[in-house]
Amino acid sequence: MAESEDVKVLGAWMSPFVMRARIALNLKKVDYEFIAETMHPKSELLLKSNPVYKKIPVLFHKGNPICESLIIVQYIDETWTSVHPILPADPYDRAIARFWAAYIDDTWNPEVRKYSMANTDEERAVVAEKTFAGVQLLEEAFQTCGKGGNWFGGDALGYLDIALGSYLAWIRVTEKMSGLKILDGDKFPQLTAWADRFCAEEAVKGVMPETDKLLEFAAAMIARMKAASSAK
Amino acid sequence: MGSDLPEKGLVLLSSWASMFGIRVMIALEEKGLEYEYWGQDLGNKSATLLRLNPIHKKVPVLVHDGRSICESLIILQYIDETWPGADGASCFLPADPLARSRARFWADLIDKKITDAGANLWMTKGEAQAEAKKEFMESLKLLEGELGEKPYFGGETFGFVDIALVCFASWFHTYDVSGSLNMEAELPKLMAWVKRCQERESVSKALPDPLKVYDFMLILKKRYGIE
Repeated sequence: MAESEDVKVLGAWMSPFVMRARIALNLKKVDYEFIAETMHPKSELLLKSNPVYKKIPVLFHKGNPICESLIIVQYIDETWTSVHPILPADPYDRAIARFWAAYIDDTWNPEVRKYSMANTDEERAVVAEKTFAGVQLLEEAFQTCGKGGNWFGGDALGYLDIALGSYLAWIRVTEKMSGLKILDGDKFPQLTAWADRFCAEEAVKGVMPETDKLLEFAAAMIARMKAASSAK
Repeated sequence: MGSDLPEKGLVLLSSWASMFGIRVMIALEEKGLEYEYWGQDLGNKSATLLRLNPIHKKVPVLVHDGRSICESLIILQYIDETWPGADGASCFLPADPLARSRARFWADLIDKKITDAGANLWMTKGEAQAEAKKEFMESLKLLEGELGEKPYFGGETFGFVDIALVCFASWFHTYDVSGSLNMEAELPKLMAWVKRCQERESVSKALPDPLKVYDFMLILKKRYGIE
């Protein structure tokens, strides 16, 4: 067990980005204090520790704030080095893992999120097509990166597992709200099996939101967003 | 230029005006690495480029011993980790995890805040341009604050964030004119830092002539049908 080094995570239960920090700390068996962010309005602590983006998560270690979830995960990996490496050892494998994590955050997830805001069947069809095209790429990436193992990281849960896995609760919510089967076991057998495996992991179980609770939250959030955009 | 990639060695697919490609050129030069440069016509993308970067179809792509790496900051880290130099002496990223996280943070901010805002300075007008101007200048002021009195973002040594930002230097003239910014007056420390970086051979070799870049921007505007 890592000695108490004053580790805190400022975040919220529904954020996939916050989950990433918590999973990484759990894998490293690092004790930390979870500080629930108030959000509306944003706390003094958040505004002070992340003045540039004013977003969660923020990791605090020895009083120092670290921001941006994937940067936090790399910080955790580079600080607690004796337990469970998160990034692959080989520089090329690291580059590939980083590439796919960036793809998920910058390209794929923003597309998936468009579904709930789409107004017509045509718009929804375009989003669905792009979503599935992305999942196909990730199914292939799983095989390339995983090299036959159970994880994107190979034999152990790693960086890319955390990057994608943290979205699973939201993916399940999107599936329930849209009727789309995003993780279709017939089309994407490896990813579907991986998703169940990920959610069952000790380091993940306690921080993965329950789908029903998240569904309720999502419905309320989308209603607010739609009201705001139609009021313009 | 053959269309067959060599089995061994480094090939960089890029375009002379691409700031992201310039990052990689600086990095390779800093490490003293030999490489083949395959210039790309982004208006008519080559089969090789589309094969090596099928998802984003962009430059730069670095090929090392036949394997391709995409996304400039990822390429930079790959180069840094593959050729760390004796005792990691020539590394772009510092050794300390906290300092590394900060370097990554600022490089990421450059990608998030400078790239699109900079492009919108010449691609848009009116309100959109005014917003781009605000975001661009605010972000550069933040970066200037981060630089402070240090010679480089990396401290005493030229590093990751320096490479991530100095690649935009040849575009500053274009941004300045398009957005009526007066960067020299508004960002004196940053402009001094640019000059300091340009004293490095790796940087001066990689940065194109700002006037050439301006003319290129005018060509792009025509190509995209922008007034």
